[in-house]
Amino acid sequence: MVEGIQSVPQVASALVQARILFLIIHVLGVGCFGYIMARRLAPLFRAERDLRFDRPWERLGKVGKFWLGQWRHPRYRGAGIMHILVFAGFILLATRAFALVLGLADSVAVPESVGHIYDVVKDYATTIVFLCMAVAVFRRLVLKPPRYAVPTRYGKGHPADAVFLLALIALLMVGDSLFAASKVAFQAQLGQREDFLAVLSLPWALKHVLLSASLPALQEIHFGGFLLHDLTFFFLLCYRPFGIQFHVETSLFSVFFAKLDRGTLKPVRWGVPDDQLEQVKSFGVKTFENFTWKHMLDFYSCADCGRCSDNCPANAVGRPLSPRFLTIKARDYAFRHYPMFGKATNGQALIGNLYAEDEIWSCTTCGACEEECPLLVEYIDKIVDLRRGMVDDGNVPQSLQKPLKSLESRGNPYGKMEKKKADWVRNKEFEPTCKVKILDGKNGADTLYFVDSITSYDDRMQSIGRATVRILDHLGVNFGILGGAEKDSGHEVRRFGEETLFMALRDDNVEAIKESGVQRIVTADPHAYNALKHDYKDIPPVEHISQVIAREVKAGKLKFEPTDNGSVYTYHDPCYLGRHNQVYDDPRDVLDAIPGMKRVEMKRCRDRSFCCGGGGLMLFYEPKEEQRIGVRRVEMAAEAGANVIVTACPFCMVNIEDAIKVAGLEGKMTAIDLAELVDQQIAREAPKESETAVLVGG
Amino acid sequence: MTARIFAYIMHKAGVADDSAAELVAAAKKIDPAAPPTAIVIGSGADLDTVCASVCGLYAEVWKVASDAFAYPNAELIRRALVKVVPAGSVVLVPHEHFGIDLAPGLSIKLNAAFVSDVLSIDGSEGADLKVVRQEFGGQVSTHVRCNLSSGAVITVRPGAFKALDGAPVAGSVVDKSGEIGALTAGRRYLETIAAEAGDVDITKHAVLVSVGRGIQEKDNIGIAHELAEALGAAVSCSRPVVDAKWLEKSRQVGSSGKTVKPKVYIACGISGAFQHLAGLKGNPFIIAINKNPKAPIFQVADVGIVDDILEFLPEFTNKVREMHSVSVK
Amino acid sequence: MEILVCARRVPDTSENEIQINPAGNDIERDDLVYSINEWDNYAVEEALQIVARVGGSVTVVTVGGQDDEEILRREMAMGATHGVLIADDAFAGSDARGIATILKAFVQKGRYDLILTGVQADDGGAQVGGMLAAMLDYPFASLVNGIEVLDAKKLKVTREIAGGNREVSEIDLPCVLSIQTGINEPRYVGMRGIRQVASVPIPTPSAAELGIDPATVGHAAAKVKRVDYFVPSLGKGAEMLEGSREENIDKVIELLAAKGGLK
Repeated sequence: MVEGIQSVPQVASALVQARILFLIIHVLGVGCFGYIMARRLAPLFRAERDLRFDRPWERLGKVGKFWLGQWRHPRYRGAGIMHILVFAGFILLATRAFALVLGLADSVAVPESVGHIYDVVKDYATTIVFLCMAVAVFRRLVLKPPRYAVPTRYGKGHPADAVFLLALIALLMVGDSLFAASKVAFQAQLGQREDFLAVLSLPWALKHVLLSASLPALQEIHFGGFLLHDLTFFFLLCYRPFGIQFHVETSLFSVFFAKLDRGTLKPVRWGVPDDQLEQVKSFGVKTFENFTWKHMLDFYSCADCGRCSDNCPANAVGRPLSPRFLTIKARDYAFRHYPMFGKATNGQALIGNLYAEDEIWSCTTCGACEEECPLLVEYIDKIVDLRRGMVDDGNVPQSLQKPLKSLESRGNPYGKMEKKKADWVRNKEFEPTCKVKILDGKNGADTLYFVDSITSYDDRMQSIGRATVRILDHLGVNFGILGGAEKDSGHEVRRFGEETLFMALRDDNVEAIKESGVQRIVTADPHAYNALKHDYKDIPPVEHISQVIAREVKAGKLKFEPTDNGSVYTYHDPCYLGRHNQVYDDPRDVLDAIPGMKRVEMKRCRDRSFCCGGGGLMLFYEPKEEQRIGVRRVEMAAEAGANVIVTACPFCMVNIEDAIKVAGLEGKMTAIDLAELVDQQIAREAPKESETAVLVGG
Repeated sequence: MTARIFAYIMHKAGVADDSAAELVAAAKKIDPAAPPTAIVIGSGADLDTVCASVCGLYAEVWKVASDAFAYPNAELIRRALVKVVPAGSVVLVPHEHFGIDLAPGLSIKLNAAFVSDVLSIDGSEGADLKVVRQEFGGQVSTHVRCNLSSGAVITVRPGAFKALDGAPVAGSVVDKSGEIGALTAGRRYLETIAAEAGDVDITKHAVLVSVGRGIQEKDNIGIAHELAEALGAAVSCSRPVVDAKWLEKSRQVGSSGKTVKPKVYIACGISGAFQHLAGLKGNPFIIAINKNPKAPIFQVADVGIVDDILEFLPEFTNKVREMHSVSVK
Repeated sequence: MEILVCARRVPDTSENEIQINPAGNDIERDDLVYSINEWDNYAVEEALQIVARVGGSVTVVTVGGQDDEEILRREMAMGATHGVLIADDAFAGSDARGIATILKAFVQKGRYDLILTGVQADDGGAQVGGMLAAMLDYPFASLVNGIEVLDAKKLKVTREIAGGNREVSEIDLPCVLSIQTGINEPRYVGMRGIRQVASVPIPTPSAAELGIDPATVGHAAAKVKRVDYFVPSLGKGAEMLEGSREENIDKVIELLAAKGGLK
């Protein structure tokens, strides 16, 4: 007479082989996993150091938000929700899995209410994960979202592998469900009290199927289900580190150790201060081992989801850069050169073998990839490090050598003379309307307007400078400019890998800023803003002009004339104001304060803003592309129904105005800088009759 | 001044180069009383043809013939010249690829002074010859004095001296071939590789829209193509555009590119360096557009406009198109 | 192969506005940015590439003063093994022949298989290379835009000639070549590289050490002397159109039609 379905330990105790079997499975499984992990960790021990153990509470916060909270996932609604469900299911079921493995399930007493809730939840979790797997397979094989596609130059895709992994997870759920269902079917047939199975869940459904099975069969299925789950679990455990599923293990760490400060760059070597850099033999990343351990961890953590490349402006126009493959290629390199068995082979040059030069120079450092990645994989630091390596080797495109040389000899990429840097304020028509102080020792002020190179020297961008100083003047700010003493902020110099030249520019600027005695800095150039805020140290706090204007508007100190020309405006978020520094609302608040303003948002706005094409040295680089990045952006503005693009960055202005011409939209679309628009719309008192100066409208 | 003046005659396939006539004018500036002697070095019937034609410009034509000169190898030719040219002479050579190769070394072997790329000659003062040269890519000029007491080798900018009008001279040929003896040199000619044909032959177009550095980037060249299309012209360029790989070499006008003889030449964003202008022959009507009012091109152009070509050209193209659509109606 | 590159430090024409000084005897030099003559830079890069293929070392030499050392350091940062500054008061005012005389003395103190110079500098002289070769009795080729090492005794060189064609010759070593721009893509020299060679010693031989007779060089010996700088009175030049852009376009179209430039 059978009393009850025998539990696994009972069966096991009856069959000594079974006990040994499971012992072997577990020991082998864990042992293999340990070995595999040790091999996978091997290159990290040869990597460069990376200081990521600071600010642990902030890091835990990120883990809560991005790992546990899956914060980034819903940005792609369908796949995101699925992943959240699967992830939640895994977390919930993991507790159960551990209990089963350790044989604790029957012996641990759990308060009944909790136990009941858990019973319901676990069954639905199992079911939802299973269904998600089915949907996922359908997406992979039938829907085939374009971002998963592998361009031929990167090799072949692995759809079979993806489906295999999805199937294995489904199998895990099935094994678990069979294990539970068979027991309940057994109990049902014998009229015993049935364990709880949530209605319409997978195990519930299987129980109904199994109701007609014989009791010995059920015993076998019960045992078999456990075995299946056990084997699949350990197989997956050991298989995951060989592909994109490795992110299951590494994601917690890639998020915990993620970069905390936007807009910053990693130093050439962590722990080596600037004045000791001469002793560093080689700058930048030239071989795989030059990456830091966190970067290597990133390579492992990539889930190959393609969201980064899907948002990359360079990738969108056919430049040879795809962030996703930057990572996948490096990961495959690591797998190849640090194999499971045999010696590690290392030291191969990355540029020319793994990466093409153009691949690395194509990046505009817009940060869209980093903003999108659910695993917080970093890209900009890696690209800058690779560029540092190329610069160190003298391997710089000819088109960039000239502006770099000019930056070195004249402090600006145009080769214009230092003494002409302030000529834009001495313009014949402008000077009488607005006197601008040059902070040259004789004059002082409490605010510095940091103009930077393009606004100082470019005929078109000078108008942004003039609009900015007119605004500052109107607000009664006591400000001045550095004139010839101001060198290029060096923002792109640094991001193009010329660290030494950057430091020289920075040091000169810091000295000039300190000597001027200013208490705060204002700039209309987001690249300068980012540089002064993040790349420079020990200087007064810096703001972008949009922040200054927004504050004054909110305080009621700035009033605007209405705009009534019937134009539809859209605001383009510059990468270094928006995404990198999260100033999204101030410019919009300013625009919305203009009476009669009709403003629309482009689909890609705020942190999803689409780069204009890049600034600084990127304007000199000659990429191979199918279309200009700026043209894409202008098309987006047209799609949104706008005919005026407002931006807050001189480089965006260059690219967008250029793109308007190239796209053939001249006359139908115009661009204006926020400062220019504000200057144009400020409600000023009419000049007194004795004044001869005329305020030039924008 | 009693030095004899010689003019080195460049020739190809039996035809003397335009510089042959220009050197007569240059020689006259050095010493109007000393008619120059032409030196023509080469081989075969072509050489005789050249000598005969040059007799219309020079009273005396020295012919040096040898199979060794089937191809003009400057190293060999220098050795020949050293054998025949008397000490203390002034030798004039056109300043281009052959002259650059030949002249400096020749001056050393003749123990003569050397001055290159002369634009104008102001005459003599004592033992010194006063000439004008340019520096800094043509941005400034300099007066230079060259001491002629032991002779000189002078290279002359092609086109700088206008051929003189006047009745042809009835010169005679003197065969100096016997004086050179056997010649060897450490450099031996192998072959000439012709420039790649390219899809457009700019030498065949009557109107050229030519772009220089001022076009700023490859993507902007489209505006030149549009104008060219509207005008039925072809797009050509100066050297920097080819060096930057924005256009093929076959489109380059200049001393190291093609020589063109269009009716109209529209120079867009071209500074006017002489190497570029050297490729422009036949006295075309030159319209120059350049942002820099001091660009040397405005010296040689017929009409000049100070403007940004990136703005000017599209508007220009639109106007031309408008005109055509009007006239078609 | 031991390669010597003769280089010069010149005002960078593209980064300066060249203006005549008030006295008219020179250009304004106060605000000038100097760099290695662009042609010479191509020559150094070519030398480095040859040496990377066949072994050997590259020496860069210049005749000048303390200020000229910076180009030697820059080229050493690029990869040249040695930099030499030949300096002596006796050299002041030398013409091209004088410079070639000085360089000849230096060449004869060493053993170089190949000597490179740039075709010219912005003063358009294009002379030192040819003169040096003749003084040394080495074969010479100018306007070189391609070099192939055939063996230890011979090179194959390609010269740029009219019409974009290329003249190919064989030349015996040792020889002198003047290098044309565009022969290669010079590598980048970063500030860091220059700092790293900042304290490498640079020998500075004098006239006496090289056995140069001062009477053969310097201002007194120069047969060619620059008298002044001037900007020629603009003479006829172009007829400048001064109207608005629209007016100018109309005028141009009118002229084009007259000259047969419109189809």
